[in-house]
Amino acid sequence: MLEISNLACSRGDHRLFSELSFSLDFGQIMQVQGANGSGKTSLLRTLCGFIMPDEGDIIWRGENIRDLDEEYYAEMMYLGHLNAIKDELSALENLRVSAGLSGVELDEKEAIVALRRMGLRGREQLPTKVLSQGQRRRVALARLLVSDAKLWVLDEPLTALDVGAVALIQELIEEHLRQQGMVIFTTHQPLQVAGVEMRSLSLS
Amino acid sequence: MKKTSMLGLLLLVIRRDLVLAMRRRADVLTTLIFFVMVVSLFPLGVGPEMAMLRKMAAGVLWVAALLSSMLSLGRLFSADYLDGTLEQMMLAPQSLSMLVLGKMAAHWMVSGLPLVLMAPVLGLQFDMSVQALGVLIIGLLLGTPILSMIGAIGAALTLGLRGGGVLLSLLVLPLCIPVLIFGTGAVEAISSGLDIASHMSLLGALLVLALVFTPWVTAQALRISME
Repeated sequence: MLEISNLACSRGDHRLFSELSFSLDFGQIMQVQGANGSGKTSLLRTLCGFIMPDEGDIIWRGENIRDLDEEYYAEMMYLGHLNAIKDELSALENLRVSAGLSGVELDEKEAIVALRRMGLRGREQLPTKVLSQGQRRRVALARLLVSDAKLWVLDEPLTALDVGAVALIQELIEEHLRQQGMVIFTTHQPLQVAGVEMRSLSLS
Repeated sequence: MKKTSMLGLLLLVIRRDLVLAMRRRADVLTTLIFFVMVVSLFPLGVGPEMAMLRKMAAGVLWVAALLSSMLSLGRLFSADYLDGTLEQMMLAPQSLSMLVLGKMAAHWMVSGLPLVLMAPVLGLQFDMSVQALGVLIIGLLLGTPILSMIGAIGAALTLGLRGGGVLLSLLVLPLCIPVLIFGTGAVEAISSGLDIASHMSLLGALLVLALVFTPWVTAQALRISME
């Protein structure tokens, strides 16, 4: 379970949010809402440990993530604005490397299955620089399929995706929640998730 | 699906960086060509006086190696930083120092090792004796990894800064002076018939120190740069 208590965060002199508290249980999903610049990305990056909060604690399974460090990272996965894929590598190589970095050793067959499910059939061996923006996003999102992380932190996962891909992401999230995973995400597009209550957090 | 071990992760990073370097061959070649050019300019500029060339050979080769290793440092983390891979590396369930060590090793193989292999050919331009060449190569083999490792600290600290390249050289070059002194000192010692053991053991000691401390320091610097 993820518990946030009294979190405060600022960028430069500007206080983005303060006294933010919430908790997220297994099988739950939360959408972070707010206008541009309200601190959605900063909140998610704080959850990743990239940004040190000014005040407050982030508690994962009863322990502060600062103390857990690698144990926490083994159970979480972050997908940011940047795709973290290399232009020179093929979709297949990219997926295998990024899975390896997140601690999962993937053989070629498993990687191909994941890429095909993401609708990249026939593009597995192409260098990603020849792929379109949406296809590159799909390569990045394929990591969701091969990860065994409990907590997904997704920052605008739907940008550049077409209707089919959005439906696929919804399906993946539903599957993940059914397996007692948890999701915290931001988006400006509508995202329907069946079967669970969508919690929301407004930053202003 | 299997879990990646620490060693597996290290090898993964090294392999990935080597594959990337092979697909961007121009970057690797610029470092090497710069090294060859700088070294070759000296005999042309100073003139063909053998005694003088022999005397300055080690210094010229070492300084050129130092400068050309600076060239590629800027790219060590910047590409990964810009495309978000560095974020993912920080979220890896293994220590960031290990990943950094992998990147340092790959960087040395791509930008340090070619210099070491090229050095004997260039040394001939300076009429270096076989013995002196041997010592030069061993010195470079011990010294260039240190340059990559110290350089990585600078690269991590200047990550995302505009005009970071010049600042990087200003930060890193002074720290590399001991390597330069012991590396050239060894060649001078063998040329004047003295023992080289002390110089080599000092270089070796520096290498061990760098191996132990620089990955951790670089990892901390990266965390600061990411905020």
